[in-house]
Amino acid sequence: MAWLKKLVGAALILGSVGAVGGWLLSAPVKLDATALAQLGPGDATKGKRIFYAGGCTSCHAKPGSQGDARLQLVGGLQLKTPFGTFVPPNISQDPKDGIGAWSVEDLANAMLKGVSPSGEHFYPAFPYASYARMKPSDVADLYAFLKTLPAVAGKAPGNSLAFPFNVRRGIGLWKRLYLSDQPVVALADGAPDPVASGRYLVEGPGHCGECHTPRNFAGGTKKGEWLAGAVAAEGSGIVPNITSGKGGLADWSEADIANYLETGFTPNFDSVGGAMVDVQRNMAELTAGDRAAIAAYLKAVPPHPNGYPARKQAAN
Amino acid sequence: MRKLVIAISMLAFAGSAAFADPIIDRQALMKERGKIVGGLAKVAKGEDSFDATAVLTQLQALQVNAEKFDVDALFPKGSDAGDTTAGPKIWEDTAGFKAAEDKYLANVKAAVAAAPADVDALKAQVGAIGSDCGACHQGYRIKKG
Repeated sequence: MAWLKKLVGAALILGSVGAVGGWLLSAPVKLDATALAQLGPGDATKGKRIFYAGGCTSCHAKPGSQGDARLQLVGGLQLKTPFGTFVPPNISQDPKDGIGAWSVEDLANAMLKGVSPSGEHFYPAFPYASYARMKPSDVADLYAFLKTLPAVAGKAPGNSLAFPFNVRRGIGLWKRLYLSDQPVVALADGAPDPVASGRYLVEGPGHCGECHTPRNFAGGTKKGEWLAGAVAAEGSGIVPNITSGKGGLADWSEADIANYLETGFTPNFDSVGGAMVDVQRNMAELTAGDRAAIAAYLKAVPPHPNGYPARKQAAN
Repeated sequence: MRKLVIAISMLAFAGSAAFADPIIDRQALMKERGKIVGGLAKVAKGEDSFDATAVLTQLQALQVNAEKFDVDALFPKGSDAGDTTAGPKIWEDTAGFKAAEDKYLANVKAAVAAAPADVDALKAQVGAIGSDCGACHQGYRIKKG
């Protein structure tokens, strides 16, 4: 029976190597000194633009808020996904229930590395996989703007997720696969500026790809179908293809896209709907130049056919 | 007896055919609505020139269209199935759906009553109407492939 002992021994060793390796590989990693040095002093006026580009209020305001209530970032929305229900937390300036006690470094580690001040992983429902492409100085500007917003008391309830998604540490492995500060769409050197700055807004703070790109079984975005549209994470609908591929925006001009982001009207006389309503309201707060840049980038991304299955006609 | 059954079922069939499909009806109404709002939006944006009479005619057409929007007739129970992007919330929260439609109708009526005299006045009205479009489409419509 010596062979059996050996086999068991080998399995134990392999298993513990795997466990130790998994533990090491899944450790939360914070920003290094070089990145932190790029934060700078932060400018609240510039931060307002990042706030609306990032759409913070769409998830962190109390659901259904209008007007100034959208600046009360008390959290509490329920995002019902196949992984479970995610609840965006209070990110108001309340020092106890919100993030009023956070330093700018804390915010930068949260947004660029998905790591909380206490050193835990955040779930990527918080779209840091996109925010990771942001410039640290933009995060510092956002921090300065958030400081101007009200403190609102009240803790949002926690997430309710099933095993294995409730094991936070596992997110560390996910990050090794899907967290990168590199752009998705490579641009030729000397690409015209609106395209490059549009790429930054869309791939970084705007986090458009989080909903408009289909995901694989592990919940990572499929970069080969970037912005091709996807089955919605919530509910039973789809999120449209915003490339120029079949089913997408081929017959929209750049002006059509910019106008849609400003007014909510499509070129074929339809209106914005679903979760995009809040997004469009945020986009309307940007400058015409920023909206034009987003449009220029969307017309420049590689075209893909729809990233979701064709509609099944109901049998009747 | 058999003849009677056949006669009744034929009548029933004729009856259901006489009532047009509510899905087609409401889609036609929304298409018309979108066209009118789209035309007004072009004027508001300065892409088409402002003509107070023409604008008022369009706003009145929009009001006629909005008043035709009878939720009970256009969204009967069971009409969530088929070639439609109507969301389940229409039937789960019919009161909320009707309230959203009423708010829209009130804004259209207000625009007609005010009879915009210049582009800026129209702009404010189209802005209010447009945000009503989004408010309703946010929760009560589902995009499908």
